[in-house]
Amino acid sequence: MTEAAAEIAIDVKGLSKSFDGREVVHDLSMQVKRGSIYGFLGPNGSGKTTTIRMLCGLLTPDSGEGTCLGFDIRRDADKIKRRVGYMTQRFSLYQDLSVRENLEFVARLYGMPNPHQVARDMVQRLGLGGRERQLAGELSGGWKQRLALGACTLPNPQLLLLDEPTAGVDPKARRDFWNEIHALAGEGLTVLVSTHYMDEAERCHEIAYIAYGHLLAHGTVPEVIAQSALATYTVSGNDLRDLAADLAGKPGIDMVAPFGTSLHVSGRDHSALEASIAPWREKPGLHWQSAAPSLEDVFIDLMNRSRDNFR
Amino acid sequence: MKGASVQHRFSEPRFGFWRRTYAMLVKEFIQLRRDRVSFAMIVMLPVMQLMLFGYAINTTPHHLPAAVLLQEDSDLGRSILKAMENTAYFRFTREVHDVAEFDDLLLSGKVLFGVEIPRGFERAVRRGDRPALLVAADATDPVAASSALSSLGMIVQTALAHDLYTGDPVSAPFEIRAHARYNPAASSRLNIVPGLVGTILTMTMLIFTALSVTREIERGTMESLLSMPITPVEVMLGKIIPYVLVGFLQASIIIGIGVFLFGVPVMGSLLLLALLSTLFIATNLSIGYTFSTLAQNQLQAMQLSMMFFLPSILLSGFMFPFLGMPQWAQIVGECLPLTHYLRIVRAIMLKGSTLANLQHDTIALFGLMLFAMTVAVLRFRRTLD
Repeated sequence: MTEAAAEIAIDVKGLSKSFDGREVVHDLSMQVKRGSIYGFLGPNGSGKTTTIRMLCGLLTPDSGEGTCLGFDIRRDADKIKRRVGYMTQRFSLYQDLSVRENLEFVARLYGMPNPHQVARDMVQRLGLGGRERQLAGELSGGWKQRLALGACTLPNPQLLLLDEPTAGVDPKARRDFWNEIHALAGEGLTVLVSTHYMDEAERCHEIAYIAYGHLLAHGTVPEVIAQSALATYTVSGNDLRDLAADLAGKPGIDMVAPFGTSLHVSGRDHSALEASIAPWREKPGLHWQSAAPSLEDVFIDLMNRSRDNFR
Repeated sequence: MKGASVQHRFSEPRFGFWRRTYAMLVKEFIQLRRDRVSFAMIVMLPVMQLMLFGYAINTTPHHLPAAVLLQEDSDLGRSILKAMENTAYFRFTREVHDVAEFDDLLLSGKVLFGVEIPRGFERAVRRGDRPALLVAADATDPVAASSALSSLGMIVQTALAHDLYTGDPVSAPFEIRAHARYNPAASSRLNIVPGLVGTILTMTMLIFTALSVTREIERGTMESLLSMPITPVEVMLGKIIPYVLVGFLQASIIIGIGVFLFGVPVMGSLLLLALLSTLFIATNLSIGYTFSTLAQNQLQAMQLSMMFFLPSILLSGFMFPFLGMPQWAQIVGECLPLTHYLRIVRAIMLKGSTLANLQHDTIALFGLMLFAMTVAVLRFRRTLD
């Protein structure tokens, strides 16, 4: 392992993958530092799952190359699998096995000594004590997700690949889950996690945004917001619905989106944006304020633009 | 989870192959135990099939309706009819007076047999002319006809025991001429029960493993499994071995019923029978597993199994005498494990054959198993591409 590889957990360049002639991932390059939590964001069908599967050897890239934990993703899939925990989007443990039997199965598969004890310890760590004899298929969504995380961390991996782990899970369970992920990262694990939730993206050390197979932005959250060069005004007041209709499509206004009692008006061309909103700036009853764009504004904008470019 | 212990944790565990195979095997056993319906099937299927085949379908039929055309009324004639009834195969339901009526009854299916005692029969016997006694059989039901017809040879002796004929004991004083369009190759219980062992095992074993891989794919568990460090050979062995034990249990049930209920003997070595049965079970499981790697979903896997099962039934010698089949059918039959196993199980149970006699079929079973396993391992997709 080289010095650089010791610092970088995932280092891939130019990954592409097509299914039936449709390109799902296009020329994707990314680097993930060891011990960091890397958020992977993008709309449905953007190629997040495909990318994750290529990283852990479940799919072979059509082109591109790279390493995962210092091992070549094409040649050393077996070595990668031994060191990576992959939590699938859909619950993929055995529904007709109990909580403990599932964990014991994983422990045995990875050749861990004393699978009984290892499974029992994990049951305690997950807070699943008392449910260990319950069939995995009978657990609620939140518990299933905890069990799945437990199963993929059981063999002490160096890298976790989590594919939308918190989809359909309640906020409390989601928060517990993220606390657990931060604890694991604190122990030196690298975590790549895909998500749709903006609040989760903000809990990551770094994020990447992927749409239609293209990696559009990456960096820390402030970096990504800065890169977008988006200017945003929030407006509060009366008749915001009419205002939204009037503003939409004006030159310089890329996005108009309601946020509760206010409206976010954003655009990349600052002077055009100023010019377009000028007639409403002084209107009584409306309160204008210049604000930093939220991550969601940035992503919606990226998505709108990528749709124009790639569709 | 501190860095210091990281290195030794990722060292390759010892006996990794066996540990992983064992992990798979334990998992399959638990799943099998949870699947109550399948578990019940393991026991109920052989019992049900054996009862159906053994008693209802292929049982040697008794008291079959027969018509008699008496052209003369003699003691000898009555003795013969009595002897026929005593075999329990025949039951004389009609007495007819001319040949037309006789043919009519057979054609309409009201009787399965017709017996004609010709005019001057007794006198001809006394003269030593060896007259013919006609027994016509409805051969559309060969099973029914053949066992009854095969009993006719005995009748001569029985009939004569009652009458005082002191002729030459070697040559019978009259001849029974059986008219059947079917070759009455005796297919008795002795032949069918051993055959059923093979047929039932083929059916159940194929289905058990044919669903194993497709089930993992359809339930989504394959994605998890493939992301873990397990090889195709380990997956295959882990899925086959539990069912070898299941198959062994089934074979024991069937052979047990055959011996205790149907009185089929085991002339040869029980150990040899157990060993070769295990080989046959493993061969079928491998083939089922291969189907599982070829099929896209569980339905396809079932259809593939059925496509394999049908020729196994028809061309293996279970239904029709193997050597009576045309050349091409025999070649196809040689490629089916059931063909070889039928020879093995019949030979061991009925003839007391040894391994030396069964070399060819044992090697053939091994070859088929290895072939199936190789295809399965090559076909097993390690990625989701």
